[in-house]
Amino acid sequence: MNILKLSWKYLISKPLNTGLNILLLALGLSVITVLILLQHQFESKLTKGAEGIDLVVGAKGSPLQLILSSVYHIDFPTGNIPLEEARRLSQNRLVKNAIPLGLGDNYQGFRIVGTNHDYLALYPHAFSEGRVWDKPYEVVLGSIVADKTSLSVGDTFIGSHGISAGSHDHDEHQYVVAGVLESGNNVLDNLVLTSIETVWFTHDEEEENDHNHDHDHNHDHDHNHDHDHDHEKTDVVVKSGLPESEEEREITTLLVQYRNPIAAVQLPRFINSRTSMQAASPAFEINRLFELLGIGVSLMQGLAIAIIIVAGLSIFIALYNAMKERKYDLAVMRTLGASKGLLFFHIILEGVILTGIGAVAGILMGHLFLSVLVNINEQGPISGISAWVWLPEEIFILLYALGVGILASIIPAWRAYQTDIAGQLT
Amino acid sequence: MLNTHNIYFRYDAENEFHLPDLSLKGGQNLLILGQSGSGKTTLLNILGGLLKPINGEVIIDNTSIYKLYESKLDKFRGNNIGIVFQKPHIITALTVRENLQLAAYFAHSQSGDRIDYILNELDIGHKAQSKIQHLSEGEAQRVSIARALVNSPKIILADEPTSSLDDVNSHRVMELLMEQAGKMDAVLIVVTHDQRVKNHISNRITVGVKK
Repeated sequence: MNILKLSWKYLISKPLNTGLNILLLALGLSVITVLILLQHQFESKLTKGAEGIDLVVGAKGSPLQLILSSVYHIDFPTGNIPLEEARRLSQNRLVKNAIPLGLGDNYQGFRIVGTNHDYLALYPHAFSEGRVWDKPYEVVLGSIVADKTSLSVGDTFIGSHGISAGSHDHDEHQYVVAGVLESGNNVLDNLVLTSIETVWFTHDEEEENDHNHDHDHNHDHDHNHDHDHDHEKTDVVVKSGLPESEEEREITTLLVQYRNPIAAVQLPRFINSRTSMQAASPAFEINRLFELLGIGVSLMQGLAIAIIIVAGLSIFIALYNAMKERKYDLAVMRTLGASKGLLFFHIILEGVILTGIGAVAGILMGHLFLSVLVNINEQGPISGISAWVWLPEEIFILLYALGVGILASIIPAWRAYQTDIAGQLT
Repeated sequence: MLNTHNIYFRYDAENEFHLPDLSLKGGQNLLILGQSGSGKTTLLNILGGLLKPINGEVIIDNTSIYKLYESKLDKFRGNNIGIVFQKPHIITALTVRENLQLAAYFAHSQSGDRIDYILNELDIGHKAQSKIQHLSEGEAQRVSIARALVNSPKIILADEPTSSLDDVNSHRVMELLMEQAGKMDAVLIVVTHDQRVKNHISNRITVGVKK
């Protein structure tokens, strides 16, 4: 028998009361855990995702939407911009590099992104098998895509129109998997990457196909005309910069790297005022997003803290009331040789054990809750967040909980300290 | 083994006690009789190291206990004084054995086999793993006696140990107390107004003569 065991015996002698208090505390702490995990990983994920991208240029619309759709691949694109206009911009002396993106298709909900090899180079990446694309219709799969679709090098598949699953299929030309990426814990994991030409050609066929169906034999000429396009298709794709095209092509967005700091001042203003396109800075938009999210986060935090305060109060009341029932027990312990200090410690220990268990349960619940959240949200904004990462902040959750335990038990413990032996027992 | 000198205590002007000096050797028994409010419980508290007298000394085994520092007194009490109360006051969160282990823990004594020995001596060995709620009143009182004896005290104090028990149990409890005190060569002091107890102990004093 020792004092730890004694406190523990008292706790388990009232399992419902103890269980409820642990649950209450764990609930509050799990919310805090989820918030810390989300905030930490979300921030680092967003910051990492935007590294190397100074400016995103796309169709006019919401700048935040532009960033979310083109950098993080979570929102819908704002529209398309003409290739020629994008090309003129990419030749601007303030632009060091410009990477085109062509969005608009998906495979089982994973976005198919037409781009060039520079896009891959934005993120640390490595091939687990195969190689990068160098012909139209060749694609490279992100690790999660490969994992979920069970596709590997050499396999073929058909994409669907639109950026979310369930739209109609492009059944004309099959994509061929040329390579699969290792998990890099970044946006690439959830993408199907290919050349921008692949995206164009896929939609050419789409139109051509529509023509065939709509006009049937009457427009053989058109058919031939379209067919000519097919022959214009190249077998090589550009690896850097923008591809040439004789047709009026469009891309979705252009990711721009500045040549020098002056560009940060001049380029966005130039694009927004002088062209039909809009420019948005990822850094600025992310900050704005965090400000917006911050309100929600504060609200959740407030709620969690309120729950924890209630849990602390509940522990306090339970212990305080128990002191009345236990005054004989405490007096007996004194007669058996327990010092005042030991009894004080005994009660504090009860609070601390209770909140310690609550903290561990809360942290585990938080991780569990997040893993469920991530699992049902595979392709959403929190995909790629790992629920089982342990942060040093979680130690503070534990310390915070133990602090609540001490605070809740200090008054009852003081009463135990002052137990009047002679008065209680005779 | 136990000596007291000039003990004086008062709660207020109407309740003041001058208690007779005691001198008892190991193995001796003493019955303290007196009416309610006569101060016999106060005397027991003072002898047990639970209540510091205003005047006077309690000397147990050559130690003047009220000269000890508070936590030293707690430990001294745990090691040398076993107290049996009117009600068992056993800790219900623990089993019978754990109650005895707790007493050994607080006194920092190595109980070892002694717990089982004591429980068997008091004929409650089969209840060692029982929860307190499952004991009869007589059994509960015997557990509280076992707890008082587990650290082999030099002084055993019993405050109305039989008042809530029937004749059979009352008789048994007194037999056990005297038998165990004899075995341990300890001083046994019983405070009571229970007539049934008087037959067991011939050495008696009466307190409660107000001065």
